[in-house]
Parts: sequence; structure tokens; C-alpha cells
Amino acid sequence: MMVPMPVSETNPSKSSARLARTVAVTSGKGGVGKTFFSANLATSLSRQGLKVLVLDADLGLANLDVVLNLYPKITLHDVFTGKAQLEEAILPAPGGFHVLLAGSGLVEYSRLTPEVREKLLEIFEAVKPRFDVIVIDTGAGISDVVLYAVSMATEVIVVATPEPTSMTDAYATIKVLCAQQSREKMHLVVNQVARPGDGRTICQQLQQVVDRFVVSPTGVVPKLHFLGDIPFDPSVREAVRKRQLLLELHPGSPAALGVNQVAVRLLGRA
Amino acid sequence: MAPEGGLDLSNAVALLTQAGWRAPVGAQAGEWLWVQAIVDGLCDLSSRDPLTGLANRRQFETALAREIDRVARVGEPSLLIVADIDHFKAINDTHGHVAGDAVIRAVGECLQECVRPMDLVARVGGEEFAIILPNCPPAFGQTVAERIRHRVAQRQIHLLDGALTSVTVSIGGAFAPQWVRSSVIIWTERADQQLYRAKAEGRNRTCLDTPPLTVVSAEEKSFLFSSLAQSDTLSASEILEEHPKTTS
Repeated sequence: MMVPMPVSETNPSKSSARLARTVAVTSGKGGVGKTFFSANLATSLSRQGLKVLVLDADLGLANLDVVLNLYPKITLHDVFTGKAQLEEAILPAPGGFHVLLAGSGLVEYSRLTPEVREKLLEIFEAVKPRFDVIVIDTGAGISDVVLYAVSMATEVIVVATPEPTSMTDAYATIKVLCAQQSREKMHLVVNQVARPGDGRTICQQLQQVVDRFVVSPTGVVPKLHFLGDIPFDPSVREAVRKRQLLLELHPGSPAALGVNQVAVRLLGRA
Repeated sequence: MAPEGGLDLSNAVALLTQAGWRAPVGAQAGEWLWVQAIVDGLCDLSSRDPLTGLANRRQFETALAREIDRVARVGEPSLLIVADIDHFKAINDTHGHVAGDAVIRAVGECLQECVRPMDLVARVGGEEFAIILPNCPPAFGQTVAERIRHRVAQRQIHLLDGALTSVTVSIGGAFAPQWVRSSVIIWTERADQQLYRAKAEGRNRTCLDTPPLTVVSAEEKSFLFSSLAQSDTLSASEILEEHPKTTS
């Protein structure tokens, strides 16, 4: 399961100022609202005047198209197979950002061959100069595809919920990312909290376990950067059911405000 | 009311009758109820192995594809077992094909007896069987496989000529990779590799591929949840259960 990292991505400080900030969203456990979060985060960032691309790296299990109610004719699959140009696959999404969708044809890429890696990285490098922020929505779990997708980004947001299973998987993700990719700082977002502040408690709890058990190959204990929590909110379910962005359907809802707060913190403006 | 268009279902009815099908009580030939029963009967017929009554290869592959979809999203451990009767050719050669059929039927019964109702037992080839065991924790895999192996070995099989015989099976097993979308071919291949190993190591044995180790130890888990249990941080669902009305 060892994933060789693209060398240029290991050191954020080396990347040129002109290139997009690249942020991978991952979670360990599935069903914690990762794709919902990615899409709405992108919306929030777009509203702050940034040019944002969401790259659907959930190869084979993509549902960003479902969340955004998009029916793309051209997907990454077509770019992979040479049937379409990259430009044709970058689509405008409802929230004012752009998406690059995997498409269900990518199921066969679930086994990450060197060719697929190379192709993904090639595409990623090609889109980087054109955006301010690239959000990589990864699949569930800690598979080699997920780890590779995360390795392309300079920053990681780990999404967890207060459920013990989600916390365990989030912790496992943090541990693996530290061990395999020498990640020394990772963002944490806690979704579906019952009360404001619960997210910070969970972050502190995770940090305590990390402090005790996790150390990078270079001897550094990774730090979790708490980006905020998103309250449990029935309007999220409504937005998902209606296949709309929460920030467009209910911009004033508690969860939407939570996402906005995360975006502000991510940009370092809070 | 009879279906329009004058369907000719005589071949289908003949096929079903031969397989022991009976028209539903109260349904007149030509009625929709009758036609539905024929369609259902044909579906059942085309998904079963006639010799053992188990699922056939077609149903097995459909079920396995569905299980792959499920575990890719849910992340549950799921086990695929393949079993092959040892030295089956010798039975056919010594006792004849009718005896061979009796042996296959008996082994099929043994497999079915050893698993839960939710598990799918299929005959996927001549003397080869496969079992899909959803939600099977890695620690139980070997236990189930060994139970099957013992049950088959102990079974006394009555042959037509009054003789008694017994057979053994070699068993291979592979767990679905957690969270990762496998494919029918890849997953089956991994289980088959274990079966070849069992055969190569002398038959009448079980070989399972080692499930990926969980990266979080029990010690880490206890540390992760120790102080949370004391603090009153509850998940949203727990709050909902406590106060169903306050959050709506």
C-alpha cells in the first residue's frame, strides 16, 4: 500500500505563488458528508472571489455529480481515454466554481496502475495554474487511490463526525498520512456536531492520541489544525435530497454558516 | 383478463413443469397472475443449479457484484470462499457419473448447512462451489472455512449401489478490501489463489488470505474514547434519540 509521492508536492513552500492552493478532503469512513462539504466549501470560497476547482478523485464511487445535479457528457474518463480534451471536461458548477468529474467509467481505474497515476498527476499539474484553489474530493477509506489523491495536494482536510467509528477512521487516516506522506500539519473539520464546541473537544481528543502514538518518519508529531465544526442540521438533508448546494438553498442555516466559517479559517482570515 | 398479443408460453410451461413447477392456485391459464408466475418461475430456474438447487454461476456473479457495491461504501468485512472437491475425477472414474452427481449434491448440502441464511452458496463449476459471506469479521473466517471442511469430511454419502463414500474439499478464501471497490474478477482471483495454495499444500485444508491489519490498535482506541466517555460530547444521533422533538 506504499504510495510513492510526487516529489514536487511534498514541500508546500517550494510551489510557485502562481499555482493554486491544493486541498484534499478525506475522511477515512464514508458517509460523513465529505462530498457535501467539498461542494459547499468550494461555493463559499468562490463567493470570496476565488477561482475554485473541485476535482472528483473518488474514482469509481463518484457522487459529486449527484450532489450537484450535473449530468456531464464528458468526464475524466474521456480525458483518460483520449476521447476528449481536458478543457472540455472542466465544467461550471452551480455554486460558481468548476468541477472535473471522474465519471462512473473510471470504476476500472480503482486499481491504481502507474499509468493512471501518471495521467492523474499530468491532469492535475495542467489545471493548477488556472485556479486559486483546487479541492480534491477523495473517496472513502484509506485505499491506495485515496492516499495517492491526497498526495497530490499540499494540504489535507480530514472530515470526521462525532461517531466513534468516524473518529477512529479519521485517526487512522491521520496516522497513515503522517507515516506515508510525512504530513506534519492536517486540518480537521467535524461535521454533524450536536452542539457548537463539540468539534474542538474532538480535535483536542484526537490530538492527545496523536501526541502519544503518532510520529512522522522524521520524528515530528503532527499537529491538527481545527478548522471548525458544522452543526447537525436538517436543512443539509433537504439540500442533498433536492440535489442543491446548501449555501444556495439555505445560506443562513446553521450548517451553511459552519461551512463559511471553515472557509474563512482555511484562508487564514479569522 | 388475458394478456393481449397471443403469447405462446407452451415451451416455458413445459420447461417449468419438468422442473417441478405448478401453476399458482386459482390462476387460470392465460391470466396475468399465471403469466407472472411463469416469468417468476423462469427467473428462478435460470438462477439455480439444477443438480444441487443452489445458486448457479449467473446468480453468484450478480450477487458478488452487489456485495462489492455494498462493501465499497459501507466498509464491512466480507468473505468470499471457494471450495473444490478433492480428487473428484477418481470418484467419477470409480463409481460412475451418477455417483459423482450424488457426491456433488451431498457437498452442496454440507455447505448450505454450515452457513447463515444470509450467505449465498453457489455451484460455480463442475465440482467447484463458492460462498459469499457478507459482514464476516476476519477473526471468524478461518472458523467458518474449517467448519465447512470438517462437515464435508465427516459426511457419509450413500451411492446408488448401496456403497458409502466420503470426500474432502480444499477451501480458499479472500476478504473484500475495506472501502475499496474490487471487481468480480479480482476478488474471485484472490480466493482462487488461496484454493490453489490449499490444493498444493496437500488438499483437505483451508487457506485464507490475510485480511489487512487494522491500523488502529485497541490501546489507541481506548485512549481515543476514554475522556470522551467522561465528557458529555454526544453525537447528533444520540441527541436526536434523547430529544426527538427539540432538533426538528
